[in-house]
Amino acid sequence: MSLREGPLQDLKVPLTLAAALAAVVAVVAAIALLISTRREPIQDQVYGAGRVVADRVMGPTLGVLSTPGQWLAAGNSAVGKYLFAVQENQRLKAEVAELKQWRNAAIALEDINSRYRDLLGLKIDPPIPMVTARVVLDSRGPFANTRLANAGKEKGVVIGNPVMSETGLVGRVVGVGDGISRILLLTDATSRTPVLIDRTNARAILTGDGGRNPTLDYLRGAGAVQNGDRVLTSGDGGVIPRGLPVGTAVKGLDGRWRIRLAADEGGIDFVRILQFKGFADLAHQAALAQARMPPLTDLNPAVAAPVAAPIVPKPGAAARPVQPQ
Amino acid sequence: MSFQAARPLDAWNWLILPGLACLLASLTLALPYRLFGFSWPEPVFVLVPGFVWAVVRPSILPPIILFGLGLCLDLLWGNAAGVWPLSILVGYLAVLATRGIASGQGREANWIWFGLMCGLVELVAYLVTAISTHVAPNLVGAGWQWLVTTALYPIAHHLIERFEDTDVRFR
Repeated sequence: MSLREGPLQDLKVPLTLAAALAAVVAVVAAIALLISTRREPIQDQVYGAGRVVADRVMGPTLGVLSTPGQWLAAGNSAVGKYLFAVQENQRLKAEVAELKQWRNAAIALEDINSRYRDLLGLKIDPPIPMVTARVVLDSRGPFANTRLANAGKEKGVVIGNPVMSETGLVGRVVGVGDGISRILLLTDATSRTPVLIDRTNARAILTGDGGRNPTLDYLRGAGAVQNGDRVLTSGDGGVIPRGLPVGTAVKGLDGRWRIRLAADEGGIDFVRILQFKGFADLAHQAALAQARMPPLTDLNPAVAAPVAAPIVPKPGAAARPVQPQ
Repeated sequence: MSFQAARPLDAWNWLILPGLACLLASLTLALPYRLFGFSWPEPVFVLVPGFVWAVVRPSILPPIILFGLGLCLDLLWGNAAGVWPLSILVGYLAVLATRGIASGQGREANWIWFGLMCGLVELVAYLVTAISTHVAPNLVGAGWQWLVTTALYPIAHHLIERFEDTDVRFR
C-alpha cells in the first residue's frame, strides 16, 4: 500500500491549511505594518527607532564586511595606476593645460562678481561645512535606492542634509543614528528634488523611479531643455542649496526628459554630507520675534520706524504718457 | 512505516540556516562595490527558501520566518516597512495554492513555477511601491531583479532534492 492511500494522507491537508492560515495572518500583519509606517522621508519622526537601531547594528557589520573588498579595490587601483601611468600622465597634462585657461577666466569672473556684490550690497549664503563619510551599504533595487554612511549625530549630521559625491549631488539624509546615517538617493521612487536647467533657468522637479536616470517633472515652457543641458539644484524650498551639480539632461526612450546623474561618474565609496541650513534656519529667530511693527495709526514720523521715503511725482508728470524715443 | 521515515525536519538545516544564508547573501551584495563600472545585481534571495518551504513541507513556521526575513530586507534596503513581507508572503501563498497541481513535475517545470512566483512577488512589490509613492517604479529595474532572482532556481532545486525525502508524509 502506498503512503498516499494510507492513514497518513490526511495529514497533508490540515498542515497545508495551517500554513496557509499562518501566511494569511502574516499578510494581514504586513499590510497593517505598511499602513502604519508609511515612508515620508523628510519628516524626522517617521524614521522610527527600529530603523535607527537596525542601521546602527548594520553599520559596523557592513563596515567589517566591506573592508576586504576595499583593500582589493585599492590594490587593483594601484596596479592599474602603475600600468597606465604614462597614458594617465599625458591625459593629465592636456587637462592641466586646459584648466589653466579656465582658472584665469574664473579669477577674472570672481573679481567681477565680488565687485558687483559690493556694489549691490548683496548678502550671499555663508560657506557650508561638510562631513566626509564612507559608504558601507548601497541598496539599488527597483523599489528602494538608499545608502548607509558611517557618519551620524556625533558629527552634526541631521535629517535633510544634502549629500554629494566628488562629482555631483547624490541625495539627502533621511535617517540619523550614532555613527550612521541613511541617505535617500536621487533615484529612489520617493525622492523629489527641485532643480533648474542652467541654460534657461527653467525649474523642474527631479523625480526618482528606481532606475538609473530620474525624470524631470513639472517642466514648463517649450524648448526649456535640450540634450546635454546642465542641471543644477534650484534651492527652492530651502532644503538643498542652489547650484549643486546634478547631471545632464537626456531624452529617454519613453520620450520623457531624464537626467544622467553626475554622481554616477564618480566612485560610490565616499560621500560628503553638507551641513546646510536654509535661510529660515540662519535667521535670528529671537530677534525676529522681538521686532515690533510700527503702529498703523502713528502720525508722528519721528517715532515710527524708518521707512523708505515715498516717491512724490512731479505735478503733471504722472498724467503724461511716456513717449517712445 | 518506520519512525525514521516520519521524522520531522531538522529546524536548523531546514529553516534557520537557509534564512541566515539569504540574509548574508543579501548583505554581501549590498556592499558598495562595482565590477567594471557596473553594480552588482540585487536578487531577492529569500524567495529561494520561501519556494522550497512551500513545495516540500508546508507548516506554520515558514510564513512567520518569511515575515521576519522580509522585514529584514526592508530594513536593509530602506523600503517602507511591510513591502517585502507582504510581497514574499503573497508569493508563498500562491505556491501553496498551486502545490497540488504543480508539485512532482520535472526541473524545467519547477523552474517556470519558481519564475512565476518571483514574477508575482515583483508585481506585488511594484504595485505597493507605486501606490505608496505615486510613481511607477522603473520597469526595467523590476524586470532585471525578477530575472536574476529566477536565475537562482538551481539553488532551490538543490534544496528540494536534499529535503524532499526527509519527511515522506509530504512526498
